[in-house]
Amino acid sequence: MNFLRIAAIGKSFGQNHVVKDFSLDIDKGEFISFLGPSGCGKTTVLRMVAGFEAPSAGRILLDGADITGVPSRQRNIGMVFQAYALFPNMTVFDNVAFGLKVAGVAKSDIATRVDEMLRLINLEHLADRYPYQMSGGQQQRVALARALAPRPRVLLLDEPLSALDAKIRVSLREEIRAIQRKLGITTIFVTHDQEEALSISDRIVVMNGGRAEQIGAPSDIYNRPATRFVASFVGTLNMIEAEVLDPNGTVRIGETVVSLAEPIVHRGPGEKVSLALRPEAGAVDRAEHGDTSLPGTVVSTQFLGSVIRVKLDVAGHRMSFDRFNAPDSRLPNIGDPARLHFAARDLLVVQD
Amino acid sequence: MKKGFPFASVMIAILAGAYFLIPLYATFQFSLQMVRGEWSLAAYRAVLGSNVFLATLSFSAIASFTAIVLGALIVVPTIYWVRLKLPRLRPLIEFLSLLPLIIPPVVLVFGYIRLFGSNSLLPLTTSDVGTNALLVVGYVVLSLPYMFRAVDNGMSVIDIATLTEAAESLGASRLRTIVSVIFPNVRSAIVSGAFLTFSISLGEFVLASLLNRPAFGPYLVQIGQDRAYEPAALAVMTFALTWACMLMMQIFATKKPGTRLLPRFRFRPAKEMPA
Ligand SMILES: Nc1ncnc2c1ncn2[C@@H]1O[C@H](COP(=O)(O)OP(=O)(O)OP(=O)(O)O)[C@@H](O)[C@H]1O
Ligand SMILES: [Mg+2]
Repeated sequence: MNFLRIAAIGKSFGQNHVVKDFSLDIDKGEFISFLGPSGCGKTTVLRMVAGFEAPSAGRILLDGADITGVPSRQRNIGMVFQAYALFPNMTVFDNVAFGLKVAGVAKSDIATRVDEMLRLINLEHLADRYPYQMSGGQQQRVALARALAPRPRVLLLDEPLSALDAKIRVSLREEIRAIQRKLGITTIFVTHDQEEALSISDRIVVMNGGRAEQIGAPSDIYNRPATRFVASFVGTLNMIEAEVLDPNGTVRIGETVVSLAEPIVHRGPGEKVSLALRPEAGAVDRAEHGDTSLPGTVVSTQFLGSVIRVKLDVAGHRMSFDRFNAPDSRLPNIGDPARLHFAARDLLVVQD
Repeated sequence: MKKGFPFASVMIAILAGAYFLIPLYATFQFSLQMVRGEWSLAAYRAVLGSNVFLATLSFSAIASFTAIVLGALIVVPTIYWVRLKLPRLRPLIEFLSLLPLIIPPVVLVFGYIRLFGSNSLLPLTTSDVGTNALLVVGYVVLSLPYMFRAVDNGMSVIDIATLTEAAESLGASRLRTIVSVIFPNVRSAIVSGAFLTFSISLGEFVLASLLNRPAFGPYLVQIGQDRAYEPAALAVMTFALTWACMLMMQIFATKKPGTRLLPRFRFRPAKEMPA
């Protein structure tokens, strides 16, 4: 039995179809991320779950009950916003207490619960501060505590870390995940940062143009992207075109014939097919790596500290590969010929 | 590069200041000359000792205060709703709020007298209470442009849409959201609007006089016709009051939540001092 069920919802603003036929079943206690580029409809789906926006089609069920038409204040769904949205006129304590006061909880119980929430986010010493007296990271933690205090059934977070600087972003996302695990609360987390989504989610929904392109565990999404879009959006997959020789898995890349690990279901002989290769699956000029190699030319090199990123031109496609830095390693020169070595089974067939 | 002395700007500032300050000083000096041959506050004493002065001032103060409360109750929810749900109506509302600057108060009050006169459907002007109500409503209208501007600016600073959604997701009703989230956050804006309203309606003449109310404005005019020194004293006091209003407005407008209006002076033990 799924706890939160989003059943074929759609949303149009006038002629603009922003969300199309979006379905998702979420288990109790699951941490789901919506990942996608700007404007793909992540916020719109989230707002429909929160009840701020009414779907043009489809239904939303929470714990078996249809909540599609239920106003947001009766849904008992917690929400954390990108811009914190703390009440500027209230102290941290009053902000966290707001939902409890509205629900008519007794005063002493409110104090206990607020204390508990502030301890959860490690800000019990700032209970009397006002929002403008705190850093962005602190404010966002208070916003999280405020959303969690009335024990919501679902927690929604819309790019909660986007306004913070990189260091805080990493530590706070781990904190959010730890708190989510501790409370076992069903959570949807919106982000356009793939690393964020990969690092903290149980499952990721990759969205594009108002649709869910792929739904799966982070490792599935990363290792087996279902579509070209997912492949290019998640990680820095290298895309290369090949000509199908035999749909059972033989293709030609440039002049080299390669046997793939999987058959090509959607293409016939002579047709073009997109293949993807993860940057860590290839090696430049290291013959011991893999069973297949392709000739190429060095286009650029980037020294990134622990790794060196080499961009190659292989059969007319730009591909970049990382290798670990070693003190005695030599950066290849631009224009040098180079061989790309990899294992044929790491080549992924990707749908357009 | 060192900038030259801004001679022209300073001259203009001095001229403008003189244009404003010299008549004010002249009025002040004149108000001190009631007793022949010496400086005295006799004119002020005469004014403050007059029952009519106190009666009209308190009448106008109460009328202004009521107008402020009524105005805020109308303006705040309206702007909130328009900004939240009907942003396309904003230009229209803005235009309506500016109408009182275009239509002279005389026209407004004659309209009232015709609409609510003794042989109309709702003869408000036949009773004191009714006429007072008309006066207050008139003040609300007159102060609308200022109240609207102040509150609209106040709401543009906070993200009312997101704050509303945050409150709603925590279970708050619309009324609760307005009362405990929106109102407190535009309070300083309402207060600045209130002081503007106050300074406009306290000495207002046209409405009060044509509605025949015992207000401060008509009293000022009456005194001006009958006496010589007292009007000067009144003018100076009214000025001081208006300036006090402006000052309060500044203080309230820049006040942050959780801070005092005036800094609190208290003894701090030495160990709390930063090293
Ligand atoms: N109230 C609205 N009226 C009209 N169009 C809207 C409205 N809200 C969103 N849209 C449109 O819907 C599309 C999806 O918006 P949405 O905010 O869901 O994107 P998003 O994935 O959250 O993007 P971002 O990463 O930039 O936040 C956008 O093209 C946007 O212009
Ligand atoms: Mg968004």
